[in-house]
Amino acid sequence: MIAYSLWRVSQGLLVVLGVTVIVFVLVHLLPGGPGALLGERATPEQIKAFLQANGYDKPIYEQYINYLRQLLHGDLGYSYLHNATVSSLLAQNLPKSALLVGLSYIVALAVAIPFGLMQALRRNRAVDYVLTGLSLVGYSMPVFWIALVLISLFAINYNILPPVGPSGATVSEVVQQPANLVLPVLTLSVVTVAQFSRFVRSSAIDVLVQDYVRTARSKGISEWHVVSRHVVRNSLLPIITLIGLSLPGTLSGAVVTESVFNYPGMGLLFWNAAAAHDIPVLLGFTLVVSVSVVVGSMVADVLYAVCDPRIR
Amino acid sequence: MKRDSNIGSTRIGESGLRTETVTGSDPPDAEDPAHGAAAPATLGQTFLRNRMGVAGLAALIGVALFSFLGPHLYQTNQINTNIVQAHLAPSWQHPLGTDQVGYDILGRLMVAGQSSLIVGFSAAILASFLGTLWGAIAGYCGGWIDAVMMRVVDSFLSVPPLLLALVLASVYKPTIPVLIVVLAVLSWLVTARVVRGEALSLRVRDFVRAARFVGSRERYIIRRHILPNIIGSIAVLVTLSAADAILLLAALSYLGLGPPPPAANWGEMLANGLNYAFDGYWWLVYPAGILIVLTVVAINLIGDALREAFDVRLQQR
Repeated sequence: MIAYSLWRVSQGLLVVLGVTVIVFVLVHLLPGGPGALLGERATPEQIKAFLQANGYDKPIYEQYINYLRQLLHGDLGYSYLHNATVSSLLAQNLPKSALLVGLSYIVALAVAIPFGLMQALRRNRAVDYVLTGLSLVGYSMPVFWIALVLISLFAINYNILPPVGPSGATVSEVVQQPANLVLPVLTLSVVTVAQFSRFVRSSAIDVLVQDYVRTARSKGISEWHVVSRHVVRNSLLPIITLIGLSLPGTLSGAVVTESVFNYPGMGLLFWNAAAAHDIPVLLGFTLVVSVSVVVGSMVADVLYAVCDPRIR
Repeated sequence: MKRDSNIGSTRIGESGLRTETVTGSDPPDAEDPAHGAAAPATLGQTFLRNRMGVAGLAALIGVALFSFLGPHLYQTNQINTNIVQAHLAPSWQHPLGTDQVGYDILGRLMVAGQSSLIVGFSAAILASFLGTLWGAIAGYCGGWIDAVMMRVVDSFLSVPPLLLALVLASVYKPTIPVLIVVLAVLSWLVTARVVRGEALSLRVRDFVRAARFVGSRERYIIRRHILPNIIGSIAVLVTLSAADAILLLAALSYLGLGPPPPAANWGEMLANGLNYAFDGYWWLVYPAGILIVLTVVAINLIGDALREAFDVRLQQR
């Protein structure tokens, strides 16, 4: 167990290193090289001074080591657009995105697990077909289109929910506007529900044909006990891994959701940065979000090992 | 073991690669079970038995005909704007109305479909090619080469696709070829993982061992023995990543980083329509959205049916 965790964490650290290489390479792929970090209106003299001051004229491996050293000191770069360090922008915006993503996962799991189990137990019946069809359609809809459908339904037709996300600088301010949170969270949940319920369904179908389920049934245990004791426990375990795996996709969805609802998280900031060519923010956010994905899937795998002794 | 070689030969037979695989050093026992008691239906038959898959295929062919043949039957001006004709409701002259600069929506849906389909499928094919190469080499070589190559895949997989796409699309001018490359860069990873896993298990199989034993070169073994056996998984992955690429292109277009006008794609049309959603111009929003969903659902259905056709175990259950 401990050996496995150590191995998994070391693999995770390697991947983190890989991510830093990707972002480092991205800096050098910029048209005009790292000088582009200064923005489009920088003069050649400014760029030259900037390149020298930040060591971009040194050999590439030295630059990379220097870059890693900066990261270790928490220096993610400086946004000349916002006139603030990237890390301070992150500290302000990431928690709000984490709230949005976290809530949407809770909603998604609460819906997807019962749906998936019901589909597996009623396999190839009407319920299964309807839910499979719905999840396929949900999975095939662009996120911003889902958002629009929800807005036009709940905000325009029935007028029971506000069509914009909450506003505010901190998480506590955001939480105080629960009505505004509903539609962004729902939007982000739809795709996740579609993915997860498909997964729960196939996972439960795999478990239902196992010998231990047949044994349990033949012992005369009630169907409810068979399902709750044997099927649910075994078929839900892989979900832990799925959460880790689905994180990058969900975070992509969060960028779109936040820009639709004007939700003040990292996605909105990232989108604005992309439109304004605020490259330090783009690269710093990409790095931090990717690293948190690595950590997320690492935690998921270790958790899985804790829950399932066969992995150790 | 025997059941697995069944899958391989079903695929090979269908994809016309049998002659290549049977030649050379394949021991007969790796091939024979295919003709044994199970006598599985051909891939095509299994696929056609799946009604959802057939429906998906029909829908996709329909969408492709609509996009590529449609403009020849229903000619509209999709280059010059005509502000006088802006925001017209559907009528006999414009069956689906016009948009904010006077383009005929029905005609534009056709043209937009071309770029959506071309970008989606080109990206998927390019990505599968990259991923297959990468995964086959990693899985076949094993050891530290495999470890390094797979950590590279893991690193790319950790970067949320839309974030990377936004960085790339904001840095480079998003033309169609650039977008194809960007979307391919984002979606070769899953293919690489799957192919690597299969290559890893194939390389210890008897017929590969035998090939190595008689002195075949590594490159030859990968091309002749490993790749033909994973064609099925690759076909599934091409369809699924095409669906993802079309959705990702839509998201990019919504965020304003799709191909610039007058080039059109469904995502851009839909994103455009959303600006007017509150004005009741439903013809700007629903046709494009429905076409995206229809296409992506169709491709996913085809992918599922292909997977089922390739996966003999599912048929037996």
